[in-house]
Amino acid sequence: MPTNLSARLSTFVLSLFLIAFALPALAGPFEEAVAKFANDDYSDTEEAIGVVASSGNKLAFPIISALQDGRLMADPDSKKVYVTGADGKSIDAATGEPVASVPDTASAVRLNNRLRRSVDAAIGSLTLQSPDVGTRLQAAQSVFKSHEETALEAVDGAFAKETNKSVKAALGEARAAILLFKSDATEVEKLEAVATLKARGDQEAMALLTGMGDQPASVTKAAASAIGSIQSSLAVWSTVQNAWYGLSLGSVLLLAAIGLAITFGVMGVINMAHGEMVMIGAYTTFVVQEVIRTRYPALFDYSLLIAVPLAFLVAGGIGVLIERSIIRFLYGRPLETLLATWGLSLVLQQAVRTMFGPTNREVGNPSWMSGAFELGQITITYNRLWILVFTLAVFAILLAMLRYTALGLEMRAVTQNRRMAASMGIATSRVDALTFGLGSGIAGIAGVALSQIDNVSPNLGQSYIIDSFMVVVFGGVGNLWGTLVGAFTLGIANKFLEPVAGAVLGKIAILVLIILFIQKRPRGLFALKGRAVEA
Amino acid sequence: MLNKSTHDIAASFSRRGVLAATAGLMMGLASLTGAKAADDTIKVGVLHSLSGTMAISETTLKDTILFLIDEQNKKGGVNGKKLEAVVVDPASNWPLFAEKARELITKDKVAVVFGCWTSVSRKSVLPVFKELNSILFYPVQYEGEESERNVFYTGAAPNQQAIPAVDYLMKDEKVKRWVLAGTDYVYPRTTNKILEAYLKSKGVAQEDIMINYTPFGHSDWQTIVADIKKFGSAGKKTAVVSTINGDANVPFYKELGNQGIKAKDIPVVAFSVGEEELAGIDTKPLVGHLAAWNYFESIKNPANEKFIKDWQTYTKNPKRVTNDPMEAHVIGFNMWVKAVEKVKSTDPDKVIDALPGIEAPNLTGGVSKMLPNHHITKPVFIGEIKGNGQFDVVWKTPSLVAGDAWSKELEGSKDLVGDWVGKKCGNFNTKTNKCLGSGS
Repeated sequence: MPTNLSARLSTFVLSLFLIAFALPALAGPFEEAVAKFANDDYSDTEEAIGVVASSGNKLAFPIISALQDGRLMADPDSKKVYVTGADGKSIDAATGEPVASVPDTASAVRLNNRLRRSVDAAIGSLTLQSPDVGTRLQAAQSVFKSHEETALEAVDGAFAKETNKSVKAALGEARAAILLFKSDATEVEKLEAVATLKARGDQEAMALLTGMGDQPASVTKAAASAIGSIQSSLAVWSTVQNAWYGLSLGSVLLLAAIGLAITFGVMGVINMAHGEMVMIGAYTTFVVQEVIRTRYPALFDYSLLIAVPLAFLVAGGIGVLIERSIIRFLYGRPLETLLATWGLSLVLQQAVRTMFGPTNREVGNPSWMSGAFELGQITITYNRLWILVFTLAVFAILLAMLRYTALGLEMRAVTQNRRMAASMGIATSRVDALTFGLGSGIAGIAGVALSQIDNVSPNLGQSYIIDSFMVVVFGGVGNLWGTLVGAFTLGIANKFLEPVAGAVLGKIAILVLIILFIQKRPRGLFALKGRAVEA
Repeated sequence: MLNKSTHDIAASFSRRGVLAATAGLMMGLASLTGAKAADDTIKVGVLHSLSGTMAISETTLKDTILFLIDEQNKKGGVNGKKLEAVVVDPASNWPLFAEKARELITKDKVAVVFGCWTSVSRKSVLPVFKELNSILFYPVQYEGEESERNVFYTGAAPNQQAIPAVDYLMKDEKVKRWVLAGTDYVYPRTTNKILEAYLKSKGVAQEDIMINYTPFGHSDWQTIVADIKKFGSAGKKTAVVSTINGDANVPFYKELGNQGIKAKDIPVVAFSVGEEELAGIDTKPLVGHLAAWNYFESIKNPANEKFIKDWQTYTKNPKRVTNDPMEAHVIGFNMWVKAVEKVKSTDPDKVIDALPGIEAPNLTGGVSKMLPNHHITKPVFIGEIKGNGQFDVVWKTPSLVAGDAWSKELEGSKDLVGDWVGKKCGNFNTKTNKCLGSGS
C-alpha cells in the first residue's frame, strides 16, 4: 500500500504542477497510468500500456516506442518515468518537460513476451497514419497480428485515407482479421473477411481461419473451403521450399567438400584433418571480426570479404606446412596417411582449444547476411542465399584455375601421370605442396562461410568431415563436376526425406542409399577414366 | 576401438615432441598433481572432459572445482587437512569415463569425485562407483529415473525444471500447442516422455503435440524451423520446449532468428541453454526466448555477486560467465565438506550416510537440502534471454522444490521412491512395499 500511496501522491503533486503551468495535457488517468510503469510489475505495465495507447495524448507514441526499445526509464523511489532519446536528451514521460538528467536509481522498464505483444499492438494502432509508408505497412501488419477490436476504428479511419496500394491491402486484411473475431460483426462482414483472408493465402491467414471459434454456419462453411484452398496452395509451395532447402544444404556440402575434392579427389591423400582447415578458416573470421570490432567498427559489414583471402592464406599456409612436414613422407601409404592426418586433426583441435578456449566464439552476421525475404509463400534467408552464390563462385574460380592457369595444368599433369610429368621438367614435389595448400586454402574459405551458420568451436570441422568424404566418394573421386552434382543430389534427397522420415532417419536412409549405390558403382557418379585410375 | 588407437597416436606424437604446447601442458599438469601426493591431504577427483565434444561445457566445471578447492584451502582445508585436486581427462569418450573413474578411486585414492555431464557418461561410471564404493557428485540437470547409493545428484530432476517451465507457459503464455524438440539421446527422450504424459494429463490432445528429434551437432535447421512455423499456424498459441543439447543450439537459434520467428509469436523454452552457450551467439534476435534453470548469473543477491566476483578474479577473466551446473557444483561441494566435517572422516560409508539432511546455501538466496533420495531441493526460475546474453528472471517458484528421483508422470515409475535413509533402497515401490534392488 505505501508504494501505491506514494504513487498517488506523486501523481497528485504532478497534477498540481501541470495545472500551475497550464499545460494542455489533462491531469488524471494518463499520468496515473504512466506512474504505473515504475511499479516493476508486469500486470501494472500492461494496464499502463493500454491506458497510454488509447489516451490520445501526443506523448503516447514516444512513451510506447521508448518502452519497445528499452529507453523508458523508471525510478522506483520517486515513481517518476522518463523517456530517454537516442541523442541522450530525456523528457519526463508524464509531462513531456525536458529533464537535465535521469537519476541513477532509474532502470529500464522490463518487458516479457506478453507485454511485447501488447506494445506491438499499441504501436501498430498509433502509427496507422504515420507519414512514412514503411511504418504504416508495419503498423497494419501488427494490427493484423493482434487483431484487437479496439483498433477497428483506427483501422477504418486509416483505410479511408490510405492511398498506397500495398498498405491499403494490408489494412484491409487487418480489418478482416478484426471483424472475423468481433462477436457482433454481421454475417456479410464476416464472409467478406473470410474472402479477404483466403486471398491472402498464407500460414497466418490459415491460423486465423482455423482458430476463429464459433461462427454462423455459412461463415464456417466458407472458412472451411478457404482453408482447403490455402492448404493445397501451401502444399505446392512446400515442395518448392524443400527444393530450395535442398539446394541450400547441397551448397553447404559442396563448400565443405570442395577442398577435399582437391586433396583427396585429385591428390589421393586421405586427409582426415580437412575439417580442421575449415575450422581454422572460421577462427580466422573470428579474429578478423575481433580486430574490426575493436579498431574499425565501421568496416564490420565488410568483415567477411576481408576474412576470405586471409582465411585462404592462413589455412593454405598451414596446408603447405603439413604437406612438407608430414604428408610427403607418406605418399602411397594410405593407412598411415589416414592415421597421421587423424592424429593431426586432434592436435589442431586441441591447439585451437588452448588458444581460444573450449567455448563457442561469436562470429556476427553482417547486416546483408541477416534476415530473410518472402518469395511467394516461402521464406528465403539471406545467409543461405549468399552461401549458395558464394559456393558457386568458388567452384567456378577453382574450375577455371585448374583449366586455364599454368599451375592448374601442372597439377593435372602430376596427378594423371607423375613420372611423365617429372620427366617433362615439372617440379612434382613443389606442385604437390601447392595442390595440398590450394585444397586446404579452399577449406579455409569454406570456414568463413560456415561460420555464418554454424558454431565456431574447436569441433566445427568434425561435423563436416564425414559429409565431405561422402560427397566426394559419391560424386566420383577426382572429378570436380562429380562433387558438384553429388553435393546437390545429396542435399535435395536429404531435404525431401527429412519431412517424411525425420532428421535422424533421413540421415540414415541417405547413408544406406549411398552404400547401395557404391556397391553398384564403386567409382561414384562420374568415374574418371584413364591411366590415373590404375595408378 | 578406433577412438582408442587415435588416442595412442596423439600421445605418441606428443612424446616425440611433434605436438605443440597443448597435450604436453595437460600431461605436465597431471604429473604435477600426481607428484605432490602426500598423506596429509584429502584428494578430490575431477572427472570432466577437457577435450572432445563435451569440453565446451565441462572445462568450466573442472575450473569450478579447482576454484572451490582453492577457496576451501584458504579457509584451512577440511578437518585440518588441505584438499588436493586430481584432474583427469576422459576426453568425451564414454568408456574412458569408467576407466578414468577406476583410476581415480584405486590409484589416486580420491575421497570423492565431482564429474560427468552427459547421462551416458554417468551410466558408464555407475558400476565402477558401486563396485569400489566411492562417491560421485553429478551437477547437471538430467532425466531422473535413477537413485543410486553412491551418487548425489545436485542438478535438476525433471520436476525441478521441465514441469515448472511447462506450467509457466500454460498459465502465463496460455500455450495450447506444443513442439517438443530434442537431440536424439536418453535425456531428451525421457524428458519428452515425461512431458508428453504430463501435457496429456492436463488435457492437451495428441494432435497438439509435435515431437521431433535431431542428431547430435545437427546444423541444418531449415526444414525443422519451417515445420515449427507451420505447426504454429493452427490458430492456437504454440511454444517450443527444447531439449536440444550442446552445439546444435547455435544454428537452431540462428535459423529461428533468420526465419523471423520471434519469441512473442512462438516462444522457445530451453533446458540446456545457459549463459555459457549463449556466449557464442548474437542474442539480439533471440530476446524473449526462455530458459528454465535453478540459477541464473543475473540473479541479484549478495552471495551470487560475491561468487561471480571471486570467480572472475580466480580465472583472471572479468567477462567469464557463471551458469547453473557451476552452482550445482558449489552446492554439492559445500555439502560434501559439511558432511566430512560432521563425521570427521572421509570414509565413503560414513559420508554417504551423513549427507542426507545436510544443508548448504545456494547462490540465489535459499538453502538447499540433500534429500534421502540423494537429490536436493532447489528453486526453479524462468528467464528470458536479454540482448546482452544474460537472462531476465520473469517467474520463479514460491519456494524450493524437492527433486523427485522417479517421475510421477510415468506409468512405470510413479509408485517408486528413492530412500537411502529409512529404506536403504533407491527404487522402493510404495504400492507393493518392496525394494526392486539393482535388478531393475
